[in-house]
Amino acid sequence: MSMFRRQGDRYVATFAVDEVRVLRKVASEVVGLLTDGFDHGDPVVGRLFPEVYPDDAAGSAEFRRYTEGDLKTAKIDQAGAILAALPDGEAGGEVRLDAEAAEAWLRALNDARLAMGVRLEIKDGTDLGEELDDAVAEDPTSSRVFQLSVYAYLGYLQESLLNALID
Amino acid sequence: MGGMAAPQVAPVETPDTEEVPVSDRPWVTIVWDDPVNLMTYVTWVFQKLFGYSREKAEQLMLDVHHKGKAVVSSGARERMEHDASQLHAYGLWATVDRS
Repeated sequence: MSMFRRQGDRYVATFAVDEVRVLRKVASEVVGLLTDGFDHGDPVVGRLFPEVYPDDAAGSAEFRRYTEGDLKTAKIDQAGAILAALPDGEAGGEVRLDAEAAEAWLRALNDARLAMGVRLEIKDGTDLGEELDDAVAEDPTSSRVFQLSVYAYLGYLQESLLNALID
Repeated sequence: MGGMAAPQVAPVETPDTEEVPVSDRPWVTIVWDDPVNLMTYVTWVFQKLFGYSREKAEQLMLDVHHKGKAVVSSGARERMEHDASQLHAYGLWATVDRS
């Protein structure tokens, strides 16, 4: 697994082809969710665009009217920052980010993890290792095994980028 | 603040029973606990967005984590809505309420 390191004023990681493929897939899925697939009834959209007034539907709708467009654009742009920085084609390679791109990656990785967390029904106190063991025992080729592995990987990658930024 | 000759003014007593009218109370931005956001990330967001010290940001993050929620800013309603939308851009679960 790759992780980010700081090199001067750049944040650098070298990804294997499989990692590039996974990152492209999750970033594209976030873009898809925010464009053609946008649906307020989707719990993932509910998590990415929380009701700002839980007890005031009209107030929340008003807030959404003024802020949702910008928020959606920001989230599409940050997912786009991942896609833009990945090596072209079916190859691994180095990713070098300046501070602005690194922050966009952090937010985009977080959005992707939030989306997957809702789908995978991650709860407080969920033990990822246990979940993964259970899923493997049930069916090692299942999509849940893959999704859980990707979710864990994104968390690891996000943490490494954050540590490089804070350093 | 040592060495200043501050005038001795007794604080004005405000009886607890005197309720501030609901419409005059300031608003607050609340961040709620969620099972996905990394603790280090939440701390970083508080420092980044509000300019809080590492210590204050960490304490707020721990409040969110252990108590389920924390007030992260307070003031005029419009400003709280702005804070909440910023927090949403970072993926934190933020709401606005009267204090």
